[in-house]
Amino acid sequence: MTDRSVASSLEPVITTKPLEVESPFRRIARAFVEDRLAVLGLVLFLVIALAAILAPWITPQNPYDLAQLDIMDGGLPPGETSFATGGTYWLGTDQQGRDMLSAIVYGLRISLLVASVSLGLAITIGVAAGVAAAYFGGRLDALIMRVVDLQLSFPAILIALILLALLGRGIDKVILALVIVQWAYYARTVRSSAIVERNKDYIEAARCLGFSHRRIMFRHLLPNCVPPLIVVATVQIAQAIALEATLSFLGVGVPITEPSLGLLIANGYDYLLSGRYWVSLYPGIALVVTIIAINLVGDRLRDVLNPRLQK
Amino acid sequence: MIVYLVRRLGQSLIAVVAMAVLVFLGVYAIGNPVDVLINPEANQAEVAAVTQRLGLDKPLWEQFVIFIGNLLQGDLGNSFVYGRPAVEIILERLPATMELAFVALVLAVVIGVPLGVLAGLKPDSIGGRSIMAGSILGFSLPNFWQGMLLILVFAVMLGWLPAGGRGQTVEVLGMRLSLFTWDGLQHLILPALNLALFKMSLVIRLARANTREVALQDYVKFARAKGLSARRVVTVHVLKNIMIPVVTILGLELGSMVAFAVVTETVFAWPGMGKLLIDSINLLDRPLIVAYLMLTVLIIVTINFVVDILYSFLDPRVRLSEVKG
Repeated sequence: MTDRSVASSLEPVITTKPLEVESPFRRIARAFVEDRLAVLGLVLFLVIALAAILAPWITPQNPYDLAQLDIMDGGLPPGETSFATGGTYWLGTDQQGRDMLSAIVYGLRISLLVASVSLGLAITIGVAAGVAAAYFGGRLDALIMRVVDLQLSFPAILIALILLALLGRGIDKVILALVIVQWAYYARTVRSSAIVERNKDYIEAARCLGFSHRRIMFRHLLPNCVPPLIVVATVQIAQAIALEATLSFLGVGVPITEPSLGLLIANGYDYLLSGRYWVSLYPGIALVVTIIAINLVGDRLRDVLNPRLQK
Repeated sequence: MIVYLVRRLGQSLIAVVAMAVLVFLGVYAIGNPVDVLINPEANQAEVAAVTQRLGLDKPLWEQFVIFIGNLLQGDLGNSFVYGRPAVEIILERLPATMELAFVALVLAVVIGVPLGVLAGLKPDSIGGRSIMAGSILGFSLPNFWQGMLLILVFAVMLGWLPAGGRGQTVEVLGMRLSLFTWDGLQHLILPALNLALFKMSLVIRLARANTREVALQDYVKFARAKGLSARRVVTVHVLKNIMIPVVTILGLELGSMVAFAVVTETVFAWPGMGKLLIDSINLLDRPLIVAYLMLTVLIIVTINFVVDILYSFLDPRVRLSEVKG
């Protein structure tokens, strides 16, 4: 008898009894949709993200192509008709005759780009530092956590201001500042869950099998630290969007040529007192709706991923 | 206690030095220090002379020693715009920022604690739920946006309060304060409320969570059983016990208030340190930027230090675990 025939004789036993265990992803998804508000948040966020990605194809005009702007349309309140094209400006225009709706969608694009790139980089750095600190312990752990403690003892906005005051404005510099501000949160989160996991039997087993440190850290340890990481990430991406908007509003964030929502609000701020509220108000509402949508999703995820609240 | 004190002081010093290194590297190593420290309108000969006078031709470590030396003497160079020592100008603006932060802190406690206790006593009522919803908004909405809404509603639409500036000030104990004139007070309300909103949300959540816990304790039940009025139970028995965590957290948050004042001051054109920082960044007045950053770092580190020490007096477990660890 060959090995293959043994295997084939075992096969029916395996296939006739499929495991009735739901995958964790499906369980979480099912629990998530039970909360209507969270679903609303998710849908809103997806619509916003999609609009931002598709901005050049869905907006009535390219707000930064000067050829498409008409000074005659400057400062029109919401709902007015364009003198140039006959189209309607649903959210009004700014001083240069720029359609605010288009400007907002383009602004969202930059706000979300900055937030998501910095999120990705900060998670990568924070996770690597956190897992390494927990896995190796000792001096490396002490060093990394001291840096984290030091950084978290200062307000995020102060650190970002220091960096941007010294580096000057620019999308890359804002991203750098956000990464530096945020990596510490991920490092601390991952470390605290990895330290619990480190002493469990499966890690010991992986060590006995002679796997490399890297493999144990990233294939065995890390996947078990993901749930708290997701929760922190949803909180932090909302924070990142708000912080970027704040920095840009202060005039130290993104450059004038690539305005995010924060900069749009700052530009319209001068007209707020003279009654042209729409130039500033609507970008603000877009910003606020985005942040609230993400927070709704984050709140629900926190409940769903918390093992203590699971039935 | 001494061990803890020395240890904690050491940590504070390390924090200040680390920030000084960061600022130093930012000014001297990343940017061209000649651009940073010398007036951009200077000509070639002046640049060469100043480069030598400032010691910018020396090696980096030597420059760092000089930078720290000057820092310890409180000398951070002259402002390009004002032509006076940068530290002096910052210190002139300090009272305005401190006044704003202080009034905001008071507002956060005076409004936040009662709302939090209310929400904690009746967590499922409509009032309790809307207070919590409000605090979530206070947390998640950007500070500058809240400030703009305040201006839009109270200054532009209702016309009740001025939209910016500081109004009339009087000199009290050598500082010019708005708090004691009617005009100054009117100018102070909106910015202080704006700065307070975030902390207020924090206080509401803290007070609510603690009230829910305390309200179930035996001594509160006993006070009720004893026949005390609901009002007395809340103001004496509940309030006293929730104030410890609230005060601790607020102490730690005072430093971040000074930093967040940058945003509020810009929105309301409040002439404090934060507005000065933003103006200086726009004017590339680098000595002022460096002075602001170092002073704010120093303020925050000092506040954190004092709060930690006070806390270790209140709760000996803190310093014991710290000494062991």
